[in-house]
Amino acid sequence: MSLDANVPSGPMSEKWSRHQFEMKLVNPANKRKFTVIVVGTGLAGASASASLSELGYKVKTFCFQDSPRRAHSIAAQGGINAAKGYQNDGDSVRRLFYDTIKGGDFRSREANVYRLAELSVNIIDQCVAQGVPFAREYSGLLDNRSFGGAQVSRTFYARGQTGQQLLLGAYSALMKEVTNKGVELYPRREMLDLVVINGKARGIICRNLLTGKLERHVADAVVLATGGYANVFYLSTNAKGCNVTASWRAHKRGAYFANPCYTQIHPTCIPVHGDYQSKLTLMSESLRNDGRIWVPKKKGDVRPPNEIPEEERDYYLERKYPAFGNLVPRDVASRNAKEVCDSGRGVGSTGMAVYLDFRDSIKRVGKAVIEEKYGNLFQMYDKIVDQNPYERPMMIFPAVHYAMGGLWVDYNLMSNLPGLHVLGEANFSDHGANRLGASALMQGLADGYFVIPYTIGHYLASTKLETVGAAHPEFAAAEAQAAEMTNKLLNIKGKRTVDDFHRELGLLLWNKCGMARNDKGLKEALRQIPAIREEFWENVTVTGGAETLNQNLERAGRVADFLEFAETLVYDALKRTESCGGHFREESQTPEGEALRDDKNFCHVAAWEFKGAGKKPTLHKEPLEFEEVHLAQRSYK
Amino acid sequence: MAKTISVTLKVWRQKDAHAPGRLVTYQMNNIDIDMSFLEMLDIVNQGLELKGEDPIAFDHDCREGICGSCGSVVNGHAHGPEAETTLCQLHMRRFKNGDVIVIEPWRAEAFPVIKDLVVDRSAFDRIIAAGGFISVRTGSAPEAHSVPVPKENADLAMDAAQCIGCGACVAACPNASAMLFVSAKVSQFALLPQGQPERRSRVLKMVTQMDNEGFGNCSNHYECEAACPKGISVSNIARMNRDYLCAGLTSA
Ligand SMILES: Cc1cc2nc3c(=O)[nH]c(=O)nc-3n(C[C@H](O)[C@H](O)[C@H](O)COP(=O)(O)OP(=O)(O)OC[C@H]3O[C@@H](n4cnc5c(N)ncnc54)[C@H](O)[C@@H]3O)c2cc1C
Ligand code: FES
Repeated sequence: MSLDANVPSGPMSEKWSRHQFEMKLVNPANKRKFTVIVVGTGLAGASASASLSELGYKVKTFCFQDSPRRAHSIAAQGGINAAKGYQNDGDSVRRLFYDTIKGGDFRSREANVYRLAELSVNIIDQCVAQGVPFAREYSGLLDNRSFGGAQVSRTFYARGQTGQQLLLGAYSALMKEVTNKGVELYPRREMLDLVVINGKARGIICRNLLTGKLERHVADAVVLATGGYANVFYLSTNAKGCNVTASWRAHKRGAYFANPCYTQIHPTCIPVHGDYQSKLTLMSESLRNDGRIWVPKKKGDVRPPNEIPEEERDYYLERKYPAFGNLVPRDVASRNAKEVCDSGRGVGSTGMAVYLDFRDSIKRVGKAVIEEKYGNLFQMYDKIVDQNPYERPMMIFPAVHYAMGGLWVDYNLMSNLPGLHVLGEANFSDHGANRLGASALMQGLADGYFVIPYTIGHYLASTKLETVGAAHPEFAAAEAQAAEMTNKLLNIKGKRTVDDFHRELGLLLWNKCGMARNDKGLKEALRQIPAIREEFWENVTVTGGAETLNQNLERAGRVADFLEFAETLVYDALKRTESCGGHFREESQTPEGEALRDDKNFCHVAAWEFKGAGKKPTLHKEPLEFEEVHLAQRSYK
Repeated sequence: MAKTISVTLKVWRQKDAHAPGRLVTYQMNNIDIDMSFLEMLDIVNQGLELKGEDPIAFDHDCREGICGSCGSVVNGHAHGPEAETTLCQLHMRRFKNGDVIVIEPWRAEAFPVIKDLVVDRSAFDRIIAAGGFISVRTGSAPEAHSVPVPKENADLAMDAAQCIGCGACVAACPNASAMLFVSAKVSQFALLPQGQPERRSRVLKMVTQMDNEGFGNCSNHYECEAACPKGISVSNIARMNRDYLCAGLTSA
């Protein structure tokens, strides 16, 4: 079956404004009669909650952390894109749109991306007005830096803590609405199920993480802004709590999961160093503005980096991609790092690292300038690795970072389940098969501040919603199911820890479905995942009780979902026999080893329908049509 | 070969808010010194889980020193012995073989213990809700470049805005004062043109809420600055005090 994305008609640059006019409105007095649940307080969830409450809706907002300010968005480092064109360097809405489509390897929906580029400029205005202390020039005007996949400078930043500052801005707007009594806040809650009544999303079941009590929350519409699933790989740059639980359980209730195989591996992270390791740390892409990536020309060259003379260094990105140099998109940079390491030219104790060297820029602009731009990142590197990056090049290696895939949504950011809206990293919509740096923050805030306030009104105004209460049998059934899962987990009393299973799954995915994928490896993974899952349900140990703070139980529930989700991810990777962006099938590459798309067979979104754990999901295709840009083989040469 | 050490942990265990707590000893051998402090606690917990015992509860998320979730008092220091370092960024190479490491939760009346090392810091959210924002509605913002901000002010505002809300300042203060936290937010907005219209009412409301939450007074010990993993300066407290005085005078 073909999916309809409900893209408005008309020329690309007029679609959104026309749609805004054509959408139905809820009159101000009626807004307070509607309750909207927002799960998630990252950039997407916090901005949506604040904006919906300002409009007059009753909003209930949930997160699993103790405070909404701690959502994973807080960790974003490098910056946020916007087509302000302040640098006079040729930027425009159209160019940001084009760069994003091309960066995503022509696998995103044009109309969504165009709207994103248009809204990008409003985001910066909004954040500045909230008091976000973006970096400024001596003129007092905003400064910009460059990010991968672009030849203009359009990234706004707040030192190496852009996500923190943007989130604190959105969080302050959220807390303002708590005071105005528009938002009821529910921190330390984990959403365990979506409640669907008569085909519409009408509420959630969540666990109060302090008391263990299951709660029923009823609403007229549900918004999921629960972030990405990169932690399915166990080791990733994501915060430890990031999970697929909310999305997966909504998927099990009927929401389609789109393009799960599109995962982003970020080229510049601190390499893995021990088997006790609990997460990987990103070194922001912004470092590639001033750092040069290289490996020794000779295999097995173990000299300290500063003793390797210039002519014996291979600045392989600058050599292979002269037009973009170190600023090629992430998928290209990551694959090249893997390739040089696989060829025996990697550095460090494991040989699985490349250098990111600031020597030349320190010489050019001085240490003080580099420190002002990246000081906190250099300090973070020093703390973890115990080496001073001002004196010795950083060692970096790719790591799992971001999920382009997510729940399928239409142009209105509504899933195929009426009433269920999905924002931010949790949806699939804007980044195709590869996200450009500094575009996730942009998307999260565009979705939350500027899209959902309009589109949810249209849904509420044009839908007949029957009155339902928390006593509805569907609520009771969903709650009973959540309680049963908890009991089951607590009663296995097996011999392996939750983390042990999670690591095993993660390693399998990294090896078989990581930076390079092939038919044989993917089939092998599809054989192994069900076996790990079966063992999990027989042999995991989850201590403690249900009705108390139980972090072991929280992790167990998330890993149980990852163990189901992983199979869909790998299955999607197996079925997409082309390469595109971050999804690199070894069978499909150009003679130079670049990703080779198969537009004839795969110019579509793959949206999967759940058919039962361990059962093959059903594929629904949303064809991708390109009116504005010409489908082309990506080139960054 | 990785270098390893053995350490003795004494960890505060407390079943819930009402139960009495006590220090429980765990002997940890062969700890790789490149491990982070929280990874070391993960290993303790995995051992406990395998024995069917309740693992040590502690808050954490980003493990990069930015979310402000983690934090315990380690050998008397909030976030441990290393300056400008959150607990999640502390590495075992900062300890010596044979060390005894005492790990306790933040202690403050306004931060009641929930379980083990987990405390309730929602008072901070309520202080922000009282006034830690600029009341701009979505969509009503003027073009960003219509108001230039002198770079020095923007930089100072950013210095203050780096606060991660972890609560170490409160834990380190002999009076359990939250002045560093509150003043960082007050200062960020006081330094920016966008923050001016609500400058006075903001400081009054936030300070009132802070007092209502049961945080103590500042008596200039500066332990907060020393403990702050982000190096937030006590000069923010002086700025807040000035603003508070002015605001009090004009509103009286
Ligand atoms: C280290 C790092 C650096 C990055 N740097 C950049 C950058 O410089 N620029 C850029 O554009 N992007 C960057 N990104 C990506 C970007 O930060 C994220 O994609 C984005 O912040 C996601 O925002 P979100 O609002 O969708 O979700 P999140 O911020 O992940 O928030 C998810 C929310 O959902 C809640 N939640 C999740 N599951 C549940 C559940 N089951 N029940 C209840 N609540 C739940 C959480 O509590 C949280 O509040 C970076 C990512 C990482 C990991
Ligand atoms: S876990 Fe986020 S600051 Fe330590």
